[in-house]
Amino acid sequence: MESLYLLIPLSAGLVLAIIAVFGWALHKGQFDDLEAEGARILQDDAAPVDADQYKFEPAREQSRVLKTPRS
Amino acid sequence: MANSAAVATPKEGVYTDSVVRLFSLAAVLWGVVGMLVGVIIAAQLTWPELNLGISWLSYGRLRPLHTNAVIFAFGGCALFATSYHVVQRTCQTRLFAPGLAMFTFWGWQLVILAAAITLPLGINQSKEYAELEWPIDLLIAVVWVSYAIVFFGTVGIRKVRHIYVANWFFGAFIIAVALLHIVNSAAIPVDATKSYSAYAGVQDAMIQWWYGHNAVGFFLTAGFLGMMYYYIPKQAERPVYSYRLSIVHFWALIFTYMWAGPHHLHYTALPDWTQSIGMIFSLVLLAPSWGGMINGIMTLSGAWHKLRDDPILKFLIVSLSFYGMSTFEGPMMSIKTVNALSHYTDWTIGHVHSGALGWVGMISMGSLYYLIPKLFGQKQMYSVKAIETHFWIATIGIVLYIAAMWIAGVMQGLMWRAVNPDGTLVYSFVESVKATFPYYVVRLCGGLLYLSGMLIMAWNTVMTVRSGKAVLAPIPPVNATLAHA
Repeated sequence: MESLYLLIPLSAGLVLAIIAVFGWALHKGQFDDLEAEGARILQDDAAPVDADQYKFEPAREQSRVLKTPRS
Repeated sequence: MANSAAVATPKEGVYTDSVVRLFSLAAVLWGVVGMLVGVIIAAQLTWPELNLGISWLSYGRLRPLHTNAVIFAFGGCALFATSYHVVQRTCQTRLFAPGLAMFTFWGWQLVILAAAITLPLGINQSKEYAELEWPIDLLIAVVWVSYAIVFFGTVGIRKVRHIYVANWFFGAFIIAVALLHIVNSAAIPVDATKSYSAYAGVQDAMIQWWYGHNAVGFFLTAGFLGMMYYYIPKQAERPVYSYRLSIVHFWALIFTYMWAGPHHLHYTALPDWTQSIGMIFSLVLLAPSWGGMINGIMTLSGAWHKLRDDPILKFLIVSLSFYGMSTFEGPMMSIKTVNALSHYTDWTIGHVHSGALGWVGMISMGSLYYLIPKLFGQKQMYSVKAIETHFWIATIGIVLYIAAMWIAGVMQGLMWRAVNPDGTLVYSFVESVKATFPYYVVRLCGGLLYLSGMLIMAWNTVMTVRSGKAVLAPIPPVNATLAHA
Protein backbone atom coordinates (compact mmCIF):
# COMPACT_ATOMS: atom_id res chain seq x y z
CA MET A 1 0.00 0.00 0.00
CA GLU A 2 2.53 2.58 -1.16
CA SER A 3 -0.17 5.22 -1.55
CA LEU A 4 -0.49 5.28 2.24
CA TYR A 5 3.15 6.38 2.45
CA LEU A 6 2.00 9.50 0.64
CA LEU A 7 -1.42 10.01 2.21
CA ILE A 8 -0.60 9.38 5.87
CA PRO A 9 2.40 11.77 6.05
CA LEU A 10 0.38 14.30 4.04
CA SER A 11 -2.60 14.09 6.37
CA ALA A 12 -0.39 14.05 9.48
CA GLY A 13 1.52 17.08 8.17
CA LEU A 14 -1.78 18.77 7.57
CA VAL A 15 -2.88 18.09 11.14
CA LEU A 16 0.35 19.68 12.40
CA ALA A 17 -0.25 22.67 10.12
CA ILE A 18 -3.81 22.96 11.43
CA ILE A 19 -2.49 22.88 15.01
CA ALA A 20 -0.02 25.64 14.10
CA VAL A 21 -2.75 27.81 12.57
CA PHE A 22 -4.96 27.18 15.59
CA GLY A 23 -2.08 28.22 17.87
CA TRP A 24 -1.59 31.37 15.81
CA ALA A 25 -5.27 32.26 16.03
CA LEU A 26 -5.32 31.63 19.77
CA HIS A 27 -2.17 33.65 20.33
CA LYS A 28 -3.47 36.54 18.22
CA GLY A 29 -6.56 36.81 20.39
CA GLN A 30 -8.98 35.64 17.67
CA PHE A 31 -11.03 33.78 20.28
CA ASP A 32 -11.02 36.42 23.02
CA ASP A 33 -14.54 37.81 22.78
CA LEU A 34 -16.49 35.28 20.82
CA GLU A 35 -20.13 36.10 21.40
CA ALA A 36 -19.60 39.75 20.47
CA GLU A 37 -18.01 38.71 17.17
CA GLY A 38 -21.02 36.61 16.30
CA ALA A 39 -23.26 39.67 16.59
CA ARG A 40 -20.99 42.04 14.68
CA ILE A 41 -21.79 40.72 11.19
CA LEU A 42 -25.36 41.92 11.58
CA GLN A 43 -24.09 45.50 11.43
CA ASP A 44 -21.83 45.37 8.41
CA ASP A 45 -24.29 46.63 5.81
CA ALA A 46 -24.49 50.10 4.36
CA ALA A 47 -27.18 51.06 1.91
CA PRO A 48 -26.05 50.56 -1.70
CA VAL A 49 -25.56 53.47 -4.07
CA ASP A 50 -26.27 53.57 -7.78
CA ALA A 51 -23.22 53.40 -9.97
CA ASP A 52 -23.85 56.84 -11.44
CA GLN A 53 -24.15 58.37 -7.99
CA TYR A 54 -20.84 57.13 -6.76
CA LYS A 55 -18.81 59.88 -5.12
CA PHE A 56 -22.12 61.31 -3.90
CA GLU A 57 -22.79 59.25 -0.88
CA PRO A 58 -26.27 59.68 0.65
CA ALA A 59 -26.16 62.13 3.53
CA ARG A 60 -27.76 59.72 5.95
CA GLU A 61 -24.93 57.31 5.38
CA GLN A 62 -22.51 59.83 6.81
CA SER A 63 -23.99 59.63 10.27
CA ARG A 64 -24.15 55.88 10.26
CA VAL A 65 -21.75 54.71 12.93
CA LEU A 66 -21.03 51.11 13.51
CA LYS A 67 -22.49 49.96 16.75
CA THR A 68 -20.29 47.73 18.76
CA PRO A 69 -21.19 45.58 21.73
CA ARG A 70 -17.91 46.54 23.33
CA SER A 71 -18.13 50.31 23.36
CA MET B 1 -31.89 57.67 -3.86
CA ALA B 2 -33.38 61.07 -4.68
CA ASN B 3 -32.04 62.64 -1.51
CA SER B 4 -28.52 61.58 -2.23
CA ALA B 5 -27.35 64.84 -3.74
CA ALA B 6 -23.88 65.95 -3.07
CA VAL B 7 -21.75 64.72 -0.28
CA ALA B 8 -18.26 63.37 -0.10
CA THR B 9 -16.75 60.28 -1.66
CA PRO B 10 -17.28 57.30 0.63
CA LYS B 11 -14.07 57.37 2.58
CA GLU B 12 -13.71 53.63 2.80
CA GLY B 13 -14.55 53.03 -0.87
CA VAL B 14 -16.94 50.43 -2.24
CA TYR B 15 -16.95 46.64 -2.23
CA THR B 16 -15.80 44.68 -5.30
CA ASP B 17 -19.17 43.22 -6.22
CA SER B 18 -18.99 42.87 -10.01
CA VAL B 19 -17.31 39.45 -9.76
CA VAL B 20 -19.84 38.40 -7.10
CA ARG B 21 -22.66 39.38 -9.48
CA LEU B 22 -21.18 37.36 -12.35
CA PHE B 23 -20.62 34.26 -10.24
CA SER B 24 -24.15 34.48 -8.76
CA LEU B 25 -25.78 34.63 -12.18
CA ALA B 26 -23.50 31.87 -13.50
CA ALA B 27 -24.50 29.69 -10.53
CA VAL B 28 -28.17 29.98 -11.48
CA LEU B 29 -27.46 29.24 -15.14
CA TRP B 30 -25.26 26.21 -14.41
CA GLY B 31 -27.78 25.00 -11.84
CA VAL B 32 -30.41 24.76 -14.59
CA VAL B 33 -27.99 23.05 -17.01
CA GLY B 34 -26.57 20.57 -14.48
CA MET B 35 -29.97 19.57 -13.13
CA LEU B 36 -31.36 19.22 -16.65
CA VAL B 37 -28.58 16.75 -17.50
CA GLY B 38 -29.42 14.96 -14.24
CA VAL B 39 -33.03 14.58 -15.30
CA ILE B 40 -31.95 13.31 -18.71
CA ILE B 41 -29.74 10.58 -17.26
CA ALA B 42 -32.41 9.66 -14.71
CA ALA B 43 -34.74 9.15 -17.68
CA GLN B 44 -32.06 7.10 -19.46
CA LEU B 45 -31.75 4.79 -16.46
CA THR B 46 -35.50 4.28 -16.60
CA TRP B 47 -35.72 3.93 -20.39
CA PRO B 48 -32.25 3.16 -21.79
CA GLU B 49 -33.44 3.76 -25.39
CA LEU B 50 -33.32 7.48 -24.62
CA ASN B 51 -29.61 7.57 -25.38
CA LEU B 52 -30.89 7.43 -29.00
CA GLY B 53 -27.93 5.33 -30.03
CA ILE B 54 -25.69 8.42 -30.04
CA SER B 55 -22.45 7.85 -28.14
CA TRP B 56 -22.26 11.52 -27.04
CA LEU B 57 -25.59 11.13 -25.29
CA SER B 58 -24.86 7.80 -23.65
CA TYR B 59 -25.27 7.51 -19.91
CA GLY B 60 -21.57 6.87 -19.29
CA ARG B 61 -20.64 10.20 -20.84
CA LEU B 62 -23.52 12.32 -19.56
CA ARG B 63 -23.19 11.12 -15.98
CA PRO B 64 -19.80 12.81 -15.38
CA LEU B 65 -21.18 15.85 -17.21
CA HIS B 66 -24.04 15.96 -14.69
CA THR B 67 -21.82 15.55 -11.62
CA ASN B 68 -19.27 18.08 -12.85
CA ALA B 69 -21.96 20.58 -13.81
CA VAL B 70 -23.84 20.46 -10.51
CA ILE B 71 -20.84 20.16 -8.20
CA PHE B 72 -18.20 22.32 -9.84
CA ALA B 73 -20.24 24.61 -12.10
CA PHE B 74 -23.35 25.26 -9.97
CA GLY B 75 -21.83 24.60 -6.54
CA GLY B 76 -18.47 26.08 -7.52
CA CYS B 77 -19.91 29.34 -8.85
CA ALA B 78 -22.16 29.64 -5.78
CA LEU B 79 -19.10 29.15 -3.56
CA PHE B 80 -17.02 31.71 -5.47
CA ALA B 81 -19.87 34.24 -5.31
CA THR B 82 -20.63 33.80 -1.63
CA SER B 83 -17.03 33.54 -0.45
CA TYR B 84 -16.07 36.75 -2.31
CA HIS B 85 -19.15 38.44 -0.84
CA VAL B 86 -18.73 37.18 2.71
CA VAL B 87 -14.98 37.80 2.97
CA GLN B 88 -15.43 41.42 1.94
CA ARG B 89 -18.38 42.08 4.24
CA THR B 90 -16.89 40.44 7.30
CA CYS B 91 -13.41 41.91 6.77
CA GLN B 92 -14.91 45.29 5.74
CA THR B 93 -12.50 45.69 2.91
CA ARG B 94 -12.66 45.30 -0.86
CA LEU B 95 -11.20 42.28 -2.62
CA PHE B 96 -7.46 41.94 -2.81
CA ALA B 97 -6.47 41.93 -6.52
CA PRO B 98 -9.90 42.49 -8.16
CA GLY B 99 -8.37 41.79 -11.58
CA LEU B 100 -7.25 38.36 -10.44
CA ALA B 101 -10.72 37.76 -9.01
CA MET B 102 -12.16 38.53 -12.45
CA PHE B 103 -9.64 36.08 -13.91
CA THR B 104 -10.98 33.38 -11.59
CA PHE B 105 -14.44 34.01 -13.03
CA TRP B 106 -13.49 33.70 -16.70
CA GLY B 107 -10.98 30.92 -15.97
CA TRP B 108 -13.63 28.91 -14.13
CA GLN B 109 -16.14 29.41 -16.95
CA LEU B 110 -13.50 28.17 -19.39
CA VAL B 111 -13.02 25.05 -17.23
CA ILE B 112 -16.78 24.46 -17.30
CA LEU B 113 -16.97 24.96 -21.04
CA ALA B 114 -14.03 22.60 -21.61
CA ALA B 115 -15.71 20.00 -19.40
CA ALA B 116 -18.99 20.36 -21.29
CA ILE B 117 -17.16 19.66 -24.56
CA THR B 118 -14.69 16.93 -23.55
CA LEU B 119 -16.91 14.77 -21.36
CA PRO B 120 -19.57 14.00 -24.01
CA LEU B 121 -16.72 13.28 -26.43
CA GLY B 122 -15.54 10.59 -24.05
CA ILE B 123 -12.29 12.37 -23.18
CA ASN B 124 -11.70 11.71 -19.49
CA GLN B 125 -9.35 10.27 -16.87
CA SER B 126 -11.89 7.75 -15.53
CA LYS B 127 -11.57 9.16 -12.01
CA GLU B 128 -14.90 9.76 -10.35
CA TYR B 129 -15.54 13.47 -9.67
CA ALA B 130 -12.09 14.20 -11.18
CA GLU B 131 -12.72 13.06 -14.75
CA LEU B 132 -11.28 16.04 -16.57
CA GLU B 133 -8.14 15.50 -18.64
CA TRP B 134 -4.78 16.96 -17.71
CA PRO B 135 -4.85 20.28 -19.67
CA ILE B 136 -8.11 21.19 -17.91
CA ASP B 137 -6.66 20.00 -14.60
CA LEU B 138 -3.78 22.44 -15.09
CA LEU B 139 -6.21 25.30 -15.77
CA ILE B 140 -8.17 24.37 -12.63
CA ALA B 141 -4.94 24.49 -10.61
CA VAL B 142 -4.10 27.98 -11.94
CA VAL B 143 -7.61 29.30 -11.27
CA TRP B 144 -7.64 27.76 -7.82
CA VAL B 145 -4.29 29.23 -6.80
CA SER B 146 -5.53 32.64 -8.02
CA TYR B 147 -8.66 32.13 -5.94
CA ALA B 148 -6.52 31.40 -2.88
CA ILE B 149 -4.45 34.55 -3.50
CA VAL B 150 -7.56 36.73 -3.79
CA PHE B 151 -9.26 35.19 -0.76
CA PHE B 152 -6.32 35.09 1.64
CA GLY B 153 -5.09 38.44 0.33
CA THR B 154 -8.46 39.92 1.27
CA VAL B 155 -8.26 38.37 4.72
CA GLY B 156 -4.74 39.80 4.94
CA ILE B 157 -5.87 43.38 4.22
CA ARG B 158 -8.91 43.13 6.50
CA LYS B 159 -9.95 46.19 8.46
CA VAL B 160 -11.48 44.19 11.28
CA ARG B 161 -9.25 42.35 13.71
CA HIS B 162 -11.38 39.25 14.12
CA ILE B 163 -11.64 36.76 11.25
CA TYR B 164 -15.30 35.71 11.14
CA VAL B 165 -15.91 31.96 11.34
CA ALA B 166 -17.37 31.73 7.82
CA ASN B 167 -13.98 32.81 6.46
CA TRP B 168 -12.29 29.97 8.29
CA PHE B 169 -14.62 27.51 6.57
CA PHE B 170 -14.09 29.11 3.15
CA GLY B 171 -10.33 29.23 3.75
CA ALA B 172 -10.12 25.55 4.72
CA PHE B 173 -12.20 24.65 1.66
CA ILE B 174 -9.88 26.58 -0.68
CA ILE B 175 -6.65 25.11 0.74
CA ALA B 176 -7.97 21.55 0.97
CA VAL B 177 -9.36 21.53 -2.57
CA ALA B 178 -6.03 22.82 -3.93
CA LEU B 179 -4.18 20.02 -2.15
CA LEU B 180 -6.68 17.31 -3.14
CA HIS B 181 -6.81 18.38 -6.75
CA ILE B 182 -3.06 18.53 -7.20
CA VAL B 183 -2.35 15.15 -5.55
CA ASN B 184 -5.22 13.24 -7.19
CA SER B 185 -4.74 14.72 -10.66
CA ALA B 186 -1.07 13.73 -10.92
CA ALA B 187 -0.90 11.99 -14.28
CA ILE B 188 1.45 11.15 -17.10
CA PRO B 189 0.20 12.69 -20.37
CA VAL B 190 0.32 10.64 -23.55
CA ASP B 191 -1.05 13.37 -25.78
CA ALA B 192 -3.27 16.43 -25.42
CA THR B 193 -6.39 14.40 -24.68
CA LYS B 194 -5.07 11.31 -22.94
CA SER B 195 -3.12 10.68 -19.77
CA TYR B 196 -2.59 7.90 -17.28
CA SER B 197 -2.86 8.31 -13.53
CA ALA B 198 0.45 8.46 -11.65
CA TYR B 199 -0.94 5.75 -9.36
CA ALA B 200 -2.07 2.24 -10.23
CA GLY B 201 -4.58 -0.32 -9.01
CA VAL B 202 -5.64 -0.14 -5.38
CA GLN B 203 -3.14 2.70 -4.80
CA ASP B 204 -5.06 4.72 -7.34
CA ALA B 205 -8.33 3.76 -5.68
CA MET B 206 -7.07 4.90 -2.29
CA ILE B 207 -5.81 8.25 -3.64
CA GLN B 208 -9.04 8.68 -5.58
CA TRP B 209 -11.24 8.18 -2.50
CA TRP B 210 -8.98 10.22 -0.29
CA TYR B 211 -9.70 12.91 -2.87
CA GLY B 212 -13.35 11.97 -3.35
CA HIS B 213 -14.28 11.90 0.29
CA ASN B 214 -12.45 15.10 1.10
CA ALA B 215 -14.00 16.77 -1.90
CA VAL B 216 -17.30 15.98 -0.17
CA GLY B 217 -15.86 17.15 3.14
CA PHE B 218 -14.26 20.36 2.01
CA PHE B 219 -15.90 21.34 -1.27
CA LEU B 220 -19.45 20.20 -0.52
CA THR B 221 -19.41 20.67 3.25
CA ALA B 222 -16.88 23.21 4.58
CA GLY B 223 -17.50 25.71 1.77
CA PHE B 224 -21.27 25.57 2.16
CA LEU B 225 -20.95 25.78 5.95
CA GLY B 226 -19.23 29.10 5.27
CA MET B 227 -22.45 30.19 3.57
CA MET B 228 -24.49 28.81 6.44
CA TYR B 229 -22.62 30.78 9.09
CA TYR B 230 -23.08 34.08 7.27
CA TYR B 231 -26.42 33.96 5.46
CA ILE B 232 -28.51 32.29 8.18
CA PRO B 233 -27.63 34.94 10.80
CA LYS B 234 -28.09 37.69 8.20
CA GLN B 235 -31.44 36.46 6.94
CA ALA B 236 -32.70 35.69 10.46
CA GLU B 237 -31.27 39.00 11.70
CA ARG B 238 -29.90 37.23 14.72
CA PRO B 239 -26.37 36.18 15.61
CA VAL B 240 -25.59 32.48 15.26
CA TYR B 241 -26.92 30.49 18.24
CA SER B 242 -23.47 29.91 19.73
CA TYR B 243 -20.48 31.52 18.10
CA ARG B 244 -18.31 29.53 20.49
CA LEU B 245 -19.79 26.28 19.16
CA SER B 246 -19.17 27.42 15.59
CA ILE B 247 -15.45 27.69 16.37
CA VAL B 248 -15.45 24.20 17.91
CA HIS B 249 -17.42 22.95 14.89
CA PHE B 250 -14.78 24.28 12.51
CA TRP B 251 -11.70 22.89 14.22
CA ALA B 252 -13.28 19.52 15.04
CA LEU B 253 -14.49 19.10 11.47
CA ILE B 254 -11.19 19.84 9.76
CA PHE B 255 -9.22 17.68 12.19
CA THR B 256 -11.34 14.59 11.51
CA TYR B 257 -12.45 14.80 7.87
CA MET B 258 -9.15 13.89 6.21
CA TRP B 259 -9.15 10.33 7.57
CA ALA B 260 -12.54 9.01 6.55
CA GLY B 261 -11.94 8.28 2.84
CA PRO B 262 -11.34 4.50 3.06
CA HIS B 263 -15.04 3.94 3.87
CA HIS B 264 -15.63 4.20 0.13
CA LEU B 265 -13.51 1.07 -0.33
CA HIS B 266 -14.99 -1.38 2.18
CA TYR B 267 -14.53 -5.05 1.25
CA THR B 268 -12.08 -4.25 -1.53
CA ALA B 269 -8.34 -4.99 -1.92
CA LEU B 270 -7.63 -2.14 0.50
CA PRO B 271 -6.06 -3.47 3.75
CA ASP B 272 -8.68 -4.24 6.37
CA TRP B 273 -7.14 -2.00 9.04
CA THR B 274 -7.31 0.97 6.64
CA GLN B 275 -11.00 0.29 6.10
CA SER B 276 -11.56 0.15 9.86
CA ILE B 277 -9.78 3.48 10.41
CA GLY B 278 -11.97 5.03 7.73
CA MET B 279 -15.07 3.67 9.44
CA ILE B 280 -14.04 4.91 12.91
CA PHE B 281 -13.25 8.43 11.73
CA SER B 282 -16.53 8.50 9.83
CA LEU B 283 -18.39 7.71 13.05
CA VAL B 284 -16.44 10.41 14.91
CA LEU B 285 -17.51 12.93 12.25
CA LEU B 286 -21.10 12.69 13.40
CA ALA B 287 -20.30 14.84 16.45
CA PRO B 288 -18.99 18.01 14.76
CA SER B 289 -21.52 17.68 11.94
CA TRP B 290 -24.49 17.58 14.28
CA GLY B 291 -22.98 20.28 16.48
CA GLY B 292 -22.92 22.55 13.45
CA MET B 293 -26.40 21.60 12.32
CA ILE B 294 -27.91 22.26 15.75
CA ASN B 295 -26.01 25.54 15.96
CA GLY B 296 -27.45 26.71 12.65
CA ILE B 297 -31.02 25.64 13.32
CA MET B 298 -31.04 27.00 16.89
CA THR B 299 -30.11 30.41 15.50
CA LEU B 300 -33.86 30.75 15.02
CA SER B 301 -34.49 29.90 18.68
CA GLY B 302 -37.03 32.37 19.99
CA ALA B 303 -37.86 33.56 16.47
CA TRP B 304 -39.38 30.48 14.94
CA HIS B 305 -42.22 32.53 13.46
CA LYS B 306 -39.73 33.87 10.92
CA LEU B 307 -39.59 30.41 9.44
CA ARG B 308 -43.30 30.58 8.69
CA ASP B 309 -43.14 33.89 6.85
CA ASP B 310 -39.78 33.85 5.14
CA PRO B 311 -39.22 31.38 2.29
CA ILE B 312 -35.47 32.17 2.17
CA LEU B 313 -35.14 31.05 5.78
CA LYS B 314 -37.12 27.95 4.89
CA PHE B 315 -34.47 27.10 2.28
CA LEU B 316 -31.61 27.76 4.69
CA ILE B 317 -33.02 25.91 7.69
CA VAL B 318 -34.39 22.94 5.76
CA SER B 319 -31.00 22.61 4.07
CA LEU B 320 -29.53 22.14 7.54
CA SER B 321 -32.01 19.42 8.39
CA PHE B 322 -30.91 17.60 5.23
CA TYR B 323 -27.31 18.20 6.30
CA GLY B 324 -28.15 16.56 9.62
CA MET B 325 -29.88 13.66 7.89
CA SER B 326 -27.09 12.93 5.48
CA THR B 327 -24.35 13.34 8.09
CA PHE B 328 -26.17 10.77 10.19
CA GLU B 329 -26.75 8.46 7.24
CA GLY B 330 -23.11 8.74 6.07
CA PRO B 331 -21.48 7.46 9.28
CA MET B 332 -24.15 4.76 9.51
CA MET B 333 -23.40 3.59 5.95
CA SER B 334 -19.68 3.59 6.72
CA ILE B 335 -20.21 0.85 9.33
CA LYS B 336 -18.95 -2.24 7.55
CA THR B 337 -21.96 -4.44 8.21
CA VAL B 338 -24.34 -1.75 6.96
CA ASN B 339 -22.05 -1.08 4.01
CA ALA B 340 -22.21 -4.76 3.09
CA LEU B 341 -25.86 -4.16 2.32
CA SER B 342 -25.73 -0.62 0.94
CA HIS B 343 -22.58 -0.62 -1.19
CA TYR B 344 -23.09 -0.55 -4.99
CA THR B 345 -26.84 -0.10 -4.55
CA ASP B 346 -28.99 2.95 -5.27
CA TRP B 347 -29.06 3.67 -1.54
CA THR B 348 -25.70 5.39 -2.10
CA ILE B 349 -27.28 7.51 -4.85
CA GLY B 350 -30.11 8.39 -2.46
CA HIS B 351 -27.61 9.35 0.25
CA VAL B 352 -25.59 11.54 -2.11
CA HIS B 353 -28.69 13.35 -3.34
CA SER B 354 -30.04 13.92 0.15
CA GLY B 355 -26.79 15.81 0.70
CA ALA B 356 -26.59 17.35 -2.77
CA LEU B 357 -30.20 18.39 -3.40
CA GLY B 358 -31.11 18.94 0.23
CA TRP B 359 -28.02 20.44 1.79
CA VAL B 360 -25.80 21.86 -0.97
CA GLY B 361 -28.60 22.84 -3.34
CA MET B 362 -30.91 24.43 -0.82
CA ILE B 363 -28.25 26.32 1.14
CA SER B 364 -26.96 27.72 -2.18
CA MET B 365 -30.44 28.67 -3.36
CA GLY B 366 -31.24 30.34 -0.04
CA SER B 367 -27.96 32.24 -0.06
CA LEU B 368 -28.42 33.32 -3.68
CA TYR B 369 -31.96 34.48 -2.95
CA TYR B 370 -30.49 36.65 -0.20
CA LEU B 371 -27.60 37.85 -2.34
CA ILE B 372 -29.01 38.52 -5.82
CA PRO B 373 -31.49 41.29 -4.96
CA LYS B 374 -28.86 43.09 -2.88
CA LEU B 375 -26.37 42.98 -5.73
CA PHE B 376 -28.91 44.61 -8.02
CA GLY B 377 -30.15 47.29 -5.63
CA GLN B 378 -33.42 45.55 -4.77
CA LYS B 379 -34.93 44.90 -1.36
CA GLN B 380 -35.98 41.39 -2.28
CA MET B 381 -36.42 39.07 -5.23
CA TYR B 382 -38.92 40.07 -7.94
CA SER B 383 -41.40 37.51 -6.61
CA VAL B 384 -41.26 36.27 -3.02
CA LYS B 385 -44.22 34.01 -3.79
CA ALA B 386 -42.11 32.28 -6.43
CA ILE B 387 -39.43 31.59 -3.80
CA GLU B 388 -42.09 29.95 -1.65
CA THR B 389 -43.28 27.87 -4.63
CA HIS B 390 -39.70 26.92 -5.45
CA PHE B 391 -39.14 25.82 -1.87
CA TRP B 392 -42.11 23.48 -1.78
CA ILE B 393 -41.53 22.02 -5.25
CA ALA B 394 -37.87 21.39 -4.42
CA THR B 395 -38.67 19.83 -1.05
CA ILE B 396 -41.28 17.46 -2.49
CA GLY B 397 -38.85 16.60 -5.29
CA ILE B 398 -36.10 15.71 -2.83
CA VAL B 399 -38.39 13.58 -0.69
CA LEU B 400 -39.60 11.63 -3.73
CA TYR B 401 -36.02 11.21 -4.94
CA ILE B 402 -34.44 9.98 -1.73
CA ALA B 403 -37.36 7.83 -0.61
CA ALA B 404 -37.38 6.06 -3.99
CA MET B 405 -33.62 5.46 -3.83
CA TRP B 406 -33.70 4.23 -0.23
CA ILE B 407 -36.34 1.64 -1.04
CA ALA B 408 -34.64 0.67 -4.30
CA GLY B 409 -31.24 0.44 -2.62
CA VAL B 410 -32.28 -1.73 0.31
CA MET B 411 -34.29 -3.92 -2.05
CA GLN B 412 -31.32 -4.37 -4.39
CA GLY B 413 -28.99 -5.15 -1.47
CA LEU B 414 -31.36 -7.78 -0.12
CA MET B 415 -31.95 -9.32 -3.57
CA TRP B 416 -28.23 -9.55 -4.34
CA ARG B 417 -27.39 -11.28 -1.09
CA ALA B 418 -30.37 -13.68 -1.04
CA VAL B 419 -29.17 -17.29 -1.37
CA ASN B 420 -31.02 -20.57 -1.75
CA PRO B 421 -30.39 -23.40 0.72
CA ASP B 422 -28.01 -24.94 -1.83
CA GLY B 423 -25.92 -21.76 -1.91
CA THR B 424 -26.99 -20.49 -5.32
CA LEU B 425 -28.32 -16.94 -5.77
CA VAL B 426 -32.08 -16.50 -5.59
CA TYR B 427 -32.10 -13.60 -8.04
CA SER B 428 -30.14 -12.80 -11.15
CA PHE B 429 -28.84 -9.23 -11.42
CA VAL B 430 -31.30 -8.33 -14.14
CA GLU B 431 -34.19 -9.30 -11.88
CA SER B 432 -33.06 -6.63 -9.42
CA VAL B 433 -32.88 -4.11 -12.29
CA LYS B 434 -36.42 -4.99 -13.32
CA ALA B 435 -37.65 -4.66 -9.74
CA THR B 436 -36.06 -1.20 -9.53
CA PHE B 437 -37.97 0.19 -12.53
CA PRO B 438 -40.89 1.81 -10.62
CA TYR B 439 -38.45 3.52 -8.24
CA TYR B 440 -36.53 4.92 -11.18
CA VAL B 441 -39.77 6.44 -12.45
CA VAL B 442 -40.45 8.01 -9.05
CA ARG B 443 -36.84 9.29 -8.92
CA LEU B 444 -37.30 10.87 -12.33
CA CYS B 445 -40.44 12.65 -11.09
CA GLY B 446 -38.53 13.93 -8.06
CA GLY B 447 -35.73 15.18 -10.30
CA LEU B 448 -38.21 16.87 -12.63
CA LEU B 449 -39.77 18.70 -9.69
CA TYR B 450 -36.36 19.83 -8.46
CA LEU B 451 -35.45 21.05 -11.95
CA SER B 452 -38.78 22.90 -12.23
CA GLY B 453 -37.97 24.70 -9.00
CA MET B 454 -34.62 25.73 -10.43
CA LEU B 455 -36.35 27.07 -13.55
CA ILE B 456 -38.61 29.17 -11.34
CA MET B 457 -35.49 30.50 -9.66
CA ALA B 458 -33.92 31.33 -13.02
CA TRP B 459 -37.06 33.23 -14.09
CA ASN B 460 -37.18 35.06 -10.76
CA THR B 461 -33.50 35.97 -11.08
CA VAL B 462 -33.93 37.34 -14.61
CA MET B 463 -36.91 39.45 -13.49
CA THR B 464 -35.00 40.73 -10.45
CA VAL B 465 -32.00 41.70 -12.55
CA ARG B 466 -34.23 43.39 -15.13
CA SER B 467 -36.10 45.43 -12.56
CA GLY B 468 -32.93 46.45 -10.75
CA LYS B 469 -29.48 47.51 -11.74
CA ALA B 470 -25.94 46.91 -10.58
CA VAL B 471 -25.24 49.03 -7.51
CA LEU B 472 -22.13 49.92 -5.59
CA ALA B 473 -22.06 49.00 -1.92
CA PRO B 474 -20.03 51.44 0.19
CA ILE B 475 -17.81 49.98 2.88
CA PRO B 476 -18.97 51.19 6.28
CA PRO B 477 -16.33 52.69 8.59
CA VAL B 478 -14.85 50.32 11.15
CA ASN B 479 -15.19 51.03 14.82
CA ALA B 480 -11.77 51.68 16.34
CA THR B 481 -12.09 49.01 19.03
CA LEU B 482 -12.61 46.32 16.40
CA ALA B 483 -10.08 47.54 13.89
CA HIS B 484 -7.19 45.49 12.66
CA ALA B 485 -3.87 47.25 13.23
